[in-house]
Amino acid sequence: MDKKVKIYSTSSCPYCIRAKQFLKDNNIAFEDIDVSLNQAAAGEMVKISGQMGVPVLDIAGEIIVGFDKEKIKQALSV
Amino acid sequence: MYDLVIIGAGPAGITASVYAARKSMNLLVISKDVGGQAAWSGDIENYTGYQFISGPDLAAKFEEHMRKFDIKLKENEEVAGLNKQENIVYIKTNKGSYETKTAIIASGKRSKELGVAGEKEFKNRGLTYCATCDGPLFTGKTVAVIGGGNSCLDAALQLMRIARQVYIINITSSLGGDAVMRQRVQESKIVTVFNNTQVASVLGDRMVTGVKIKMEGREEMLSVQGVFVEIGLIPNSEFASNVEKNQFGEIKVNSSNETNIPGIFAAGDVTDVPEKQIIIAAGEGSKAALSAFRYLVQHKF
Repeated sequence: MDKKVKIYSTSSCPYCIRAKQFLKDNNIAFEDIDVSLNQAAAGEMVKISGQMGVPVLDIAGEIIVGFDKEKIKQALSV
Repeated sequence: MYDLVIIGAGPAGITASVYAARKSMNLLVISKDVGGQAAWSGDIENYTGYQFISGPDLAAKFEEHMRKFDIKLKENEEVAGLNKQENIVYIKTNKGSYETKTAIIASGKRSKELGVAGEKEFKNRGLTYCATCDGPLFTGKTVAVIGGGNSCLDAALQLMRIARQVYIINITSSLGGDAVMRQRVQESKIVTVFNNTQVASVLGDRMVTGVKIKMEGREEMLSVQGVFVEIGLIPNSEFASNVEKNQFGEIKVNSSNETNIPGIFAAGDVTDVPEKQIIIAAGEGSKAALSAFRYLVQHKF
């Protein structure tokens, strides 16, 4: 039931803040990866998403670029 | 039918919503996002009461204030059309349609695009319009900031702290913007300013690898991994086709935030009010809400 959720973010990006708030509001546990502090993770994010914009969500392997509420809801079935 | 629909939830729209809620108006806020351009700003040092606050933090405070009231908010929704027939304002969005007695257009501005080859292709592949969001991804990298005004300086100030080298590509003969910010940028050892210079194209393979620039009739290639486009803003006013605008597409308002159409008001950066500042947008938003309230009372709706 519980899907593994990762979010690649930066502390300053408004959509990252909103995406994380959305996960919290829905009681979804997630791993927050600040790509500004972690160059390896930044590279990983670029590799899995093919682009450099944050946030990127990895929901059990499904990659969602940006705070796309509808896609996130679907991927999490909330 | 609503008493008031507010289009936009930046400083103007949110402030309008707080004032309208306190007047117990039946209201709806429709917006693409919450916080507007304020949420994308770097450091804010001129919003009274805060000697220093970051854009996202100030936007969060605005939102928190709005959420204190029971305000209906349609987020991720974009207005496509607005017109008035008899005494009803009809608003069409990408998700639905609404009827209201009054409306406040507070839809702000958006980033202007460069319009050069490679821009669309490399968007989010090294090219970005938001230094605040994506800047940290360019730690230790060489980047170009395109522009010459305050938004360019703001981006350069953020990038100076983390990048290896920052090029500023400015089409005019000298940088504009606030002197305080300009001085900080010019003092930096890692910033190089190219004046009288245009971007000809953005280059890359999978990601950005450089920009081609044009100066004094010759072209040059700058090797960069990031391109930050900060060349100014255009108003989000296209949907309000019957509302009077100036040559820049800004909605014309009088000192009571009335447009040429009675019952339709406008506030903030989308209007022709001089100076685009967060504090001005907020103040204009409050005025617009009070004007809408007065309009309803006078017309006994």
